[in-house]
Amino acid sequence: MNANGNRKTQLLVLIVVVSNVIGNVSLSHGMHQVGRIVSASPLDYIKAFANPWTAVGICILTIWMLSDLALLSRADLSFVLPVTASGYVFVALFGKFLLHDHISWERWIGILLITGGVILAEETPSRTTKGPPEHLL
Amino acid sequence: MRWILVGIIAICNTLGDVLNTAGMKRQGEVEDLRPQTLAWMVRRAVVNPYVIAGIAAMAVSFFALLSLLSIANVSFAVPATAASYLLETLLAKYILGEDVRTRRWAAATLVAIGVVLLQF
Repeated sequence: MNANGNRKTQLLVLIVVVSNVIGNVSLSHGMHQVGRIVSASPLDYIKAFANPWTAVGICILTIWMLSDLALLSRADLSFVLPVTASGYVFVALFGKFLLHDHISWERWIGILLITGGVILAEETPSRTTKGPPEHLL
Repeated sequence: MRWILVGIIAICNTLGDVLNTAGMKRQGEVEDLRPQTLAWMVRRAVVNPYVIAGIAAMAVSFFALLSLLSIANVSFAVPATAASYLLETLLAKYILGEDVRTRRWAAATLVAIGVVLLQF
């Protein structure tokens, strides 16, 4: 892939990561306000969607879904998975520097390992297949 | 109940990612992010059987996650998340035919271990 194509892939990675982090934080906050649901009834979920945090979270996760599909049209799944795991690092650092969460040494090691995984995956070509998959799927 | 939800999340997430990748590779690369390009992508995706099945799997996983978040802490889903990094890499290699070598295996393994450690 040429440099321009790579930049487009990198931009999509950034959109996927940021929308995933913000969408999930918002959704999680909303669901904690809504309270417990273990139900097969759509009504209970519709009630949950009336919470503004849940609603905003779902809108942002829709952006995440679309950008993720666009990214998967250009890059390998085995590239996208480790690279988008950088979201975990952002969530942890966000908690540390904005919410002043305590980060234990185990979590720091986790952050370092994920960062290492992201860097290793970034060093591989983003796409190794040509055209549609020739295997089973 | 919690563990059943965790299992549903892991399996449906993995299926969803693999099916979406297979489907989107058949559609051709999305070249830019202009609204008309994205509209074209969505119009093709909604009639693409792989993507329909993939999104259905992710929807099931999403509702299972909503239920899980309402009764347990997010950390409860972590073992499933960690395992799915390795499972999806395996399926990417053998089902999607991606060139997964040492670096990508190492990357997936580091992320999986890191995700577990983040919960402490």
